[in-house]
Amino acid sequence: MEITEEEFSRAVNSRSKFPIYEKMKKAVIGVAGLGGLGSNIACALARSGAGTIIAADFDTVELSNINRQMYTLKHLGMKKTLAIKEIISEINPFCNVITYDMFIDEKNCTEIFGGCQIVCEAFDNAQSKAVLVNTLLSSNKKVKVISGSGMAGFGRANDITTRTISDRFFICGDMKTDVADGEGLTASRVMICAGHQASKAVEIILKNHDKY
Amino acid sequence: MARINGEEINAENALISEYLENTGYSPERVAVMVNGEILPKTEYAKTRISDNDEIEVVGFVGGG
Repeated sequence: MEITEEEFSRAVNSRSKFPIYEKMKKAVIGVAGLGGLGSNIACALARSGAGTIIAADFDTVELSNINRQMYTLKHLGMKKTLAIKEIISEINPFCNVITYDMFIDEKNCTEIFGGCQIVCEAFDNAQSKAVLVNTLLSSNKKVKVISGSGMAGFGRANDITTRTISDRFFICGDMKTDVADGEGLTASRVMICAGHQASKAVEIILKNHDKY
Repeated sequence: MARINGEEINAENALISEYLENTGYSPERVAVMVNGEILPKTEYAKTRISDNDEIEVVGFVGGG
């Protein structure tokens, strides 16, 4: 079914006194890692009308991802960058998804994400999380970073929160449960953390848009 | 006294690297904010904790 952007924006804005779509459309948001956190964050942002998403991951979709990531069985073996681009095009064809199929490290992350207003850190590995946060916040770019840490296992949903560390650094999660503790990862808990991260990004964009 | 992760702690003159080691943080898995600004990792072994510093050590855990 062909939908025009005008129809789509009207649908996003329905029941809002506030022009959500127009503000989200101007946003450039980075999603670093397209696993359980990143794939859910990217889709949530696309549904709210995000104009541009910079999405980076080096990985391919595996069966062990299906328990918590947005992909479906037909995506098995596909690059996550291509799979997320396809899924987002089926949700919001007006969202520009720019993909980087590569391992993100301290050498390339500023170049890839330096033009974003907000970057959602969505890696699996604790050290990679620290590298991205440290590098982006140490750079002279004004990018804000929303990180995810602590969403493994099946503990209380309400233990997952958003903490403001500085005006540029926010962290979502329970800050404790490590996947290395051996309690696995569940879609419900990972999606709560992804929801916190996407929600913080939307809040920043809709509340502070005029500052950009 | 410095305030570290919301608690008054007597750690003046300790290097950030010493503080992290003594409290069991892995320097590879943290972000350290000193008075609202990120402290680059290259500064951990050069920066001493001063009186009235507001320090936040964010430790990352795996999973995503």
